[in-house]
Amino acid sequence: MIFVQALLAGVFQVVQMLLVLALAPGLTGLVRVVKARLLGRRGPPLVQPYRDLFRLLRKDVVLADNASWLFRVTPYLVFTAIWLAAALVPTFTTALALTATADLIALVALLASARFFLALAGMDVGTSFGGLGSSREMMIAALAEPAMLMVIFSIAILVRTTSLSLIVDFMLAGGVGLRISLGLALISLLMVAIAENARIPVDNPATHLELTMVHEAMVLEYSGRHLALIEAASMLKLVLYMALIACIFLPWGISEPGEGPLAILIGLVTFVLKLASGAVLLALFETSVAKMRVFRYGEFLGGALLLSLLGAIFLYVSTGL
Amino acid sequence: MPGIHYDIAHMLGAVVLLLSFALLYQRRLFAIIQAFAAQSMVLAAAAAWQGYIQDAPHLYITALLALSMKAIAIPVALHRVIDRLNIRRTVDTSLGVGPTMIAGVSLVTLSILLVLPVTADVTALTREDLALALSVVLLGLLTMITRRNAIGQVVGFMSLENGLILAAIGVEGMPLIVEMLVAFAVMVAFIIFGIFFFHIRERFDTLDLHALENFRGERR
Repeated sequence: MIFVQALLAGVFQVVQMLLVLALAPGLTGLVRVVKARLLGRRGPPLVQPYRDLFRLLRKDVVLADNASWLFRVTPYLVFTAIWLAAALVPTFTTALALTATADLIALVALLASARFFLALAGMDVGTSFGGLGSSREMMIAALAEPAMLMVIFSIAILVRTTSLSLIVDFMLAGGVGLRISLGLALISLLMVAIAENARIPVDNPATHLELTMVHEAMVLEYSGRHLALIEAASMLKLVLYMALIACIFLPWGISEPGEGPLAILIGLVTFVLKLASGAVLLALFETSVAKMRVFRYGEFLGGALLLSLLGAIFLYVSTGL
Repeated sequence: MPGIHYDIAHMLGAVVLLLSFALLYQRRLFAIIQAFAAQSMVLAAAAAWQGYIQDAPHLYITALLALSMKAIAIPVALHRVIDRLNIRRTVDTSLGVGPTMIAGVSLVTLSILLVLPVTADVTALTREDLALALSVVLLGLLTMITRRNAIGQVVGFMSLENGLILAAIGVEGMPLIVEMLVAFAVMVAFIIFGIFFFHIRERFDTLDLHALENFRGERR
């Protein structure tokens, strides 16, 4: 029986990894379509990101003369790290083979190492844009990461674990109720997710304007399959953050170990629905706010940090540690 | 199920606190007034909810007062004052947003530390409620301190009073007369403030209170 469960967990893990990979461009496409509709344009078709990725994969890589091995290795490293991180987050079931390692702090470490290599690669060729993008990205990271860790700590005080599947179990059991701290943590995590995914108030991925770009500036030198990997990684990251928020704050529908195929089917359907509604909400948010000045990122992310700190403080009061 | 009742009451209280932070964060006058109106609206919802779970009908009157006066009448009046005086729409803050927010969080921590020993024998939920209300009061004070503009200071004062009402509705058995008096006092204060606005404006051509310091020769 245990053997069967382990086997199933392995199968689910593979399914999950393929699922997030398959859904990621679709999610980005959906956000673009909804945004275009809201702005009164027709917009690209839903499958455009898939087409873009395949087209990029077929193209040759153009490398700068002074590009080092680091520049060539980075796309693979970034893609692997983010794909692995996405594999850790329970999407439709918690019966995954990687459950034992699915720790929130490991997740942050994976994302941070991906960003580290991307920032190094941005500076590798020595163009001014790359350095500019890298320095901005690191500024955002220096503020977003403490906020994210603070959110994780608040949740850890509440659930007494940083393991994602245990958090899902705890939230599904319904012992928490509506907590002030959870509300604050949710808002803070949303702000971090917006900053980390280069969405509109912080970064605008649709433009190539030196005043605003962060992520785009860093990857400006990439082409061909390298660019495809980096684009796919950033699409995966969006899925990852949505899945993370969904599995911590809206875990309903996720099936638990030992449940039948129906529960898993429900899990799959609710996951896709959660992603779709997340995409619509993101598009709504992005069309209703204006892009921020670079100098205001600190205030935005400082706000996220303070909110998560407040959440932790209130948790400290109510649990009476 | 009483659990979810109190959870919702806390969420409403927390939203009031969050809007206090939003008030601290804003830089434009209209945005400040909007944040204040939103805060009052949530406060009205919180009062109505408390009236429901405590079975205290007089809290509905408090809710109605908060909604009609603070969420609708005062913001509209402030908008009209701004239009009439034709003043600059952005606010100078005497502290940057970052330090202000840090001060705000420190104040929340302070109020929690203050409430904890005093309320050692009550439930964690009441404790949280009182801590929330005290934080809103302190943040209102902070808003008053960090704004140079008279309208910003008035809004800070009003949000301070929101904190007082939040504390009053959270405690069972608070008689209606107390809340009525507080609301009335704020109305009177608002009218006086309004008169002051016009006088300050007439005298100095601005609502920036540093002009007063210059006038009295306190500023080098």
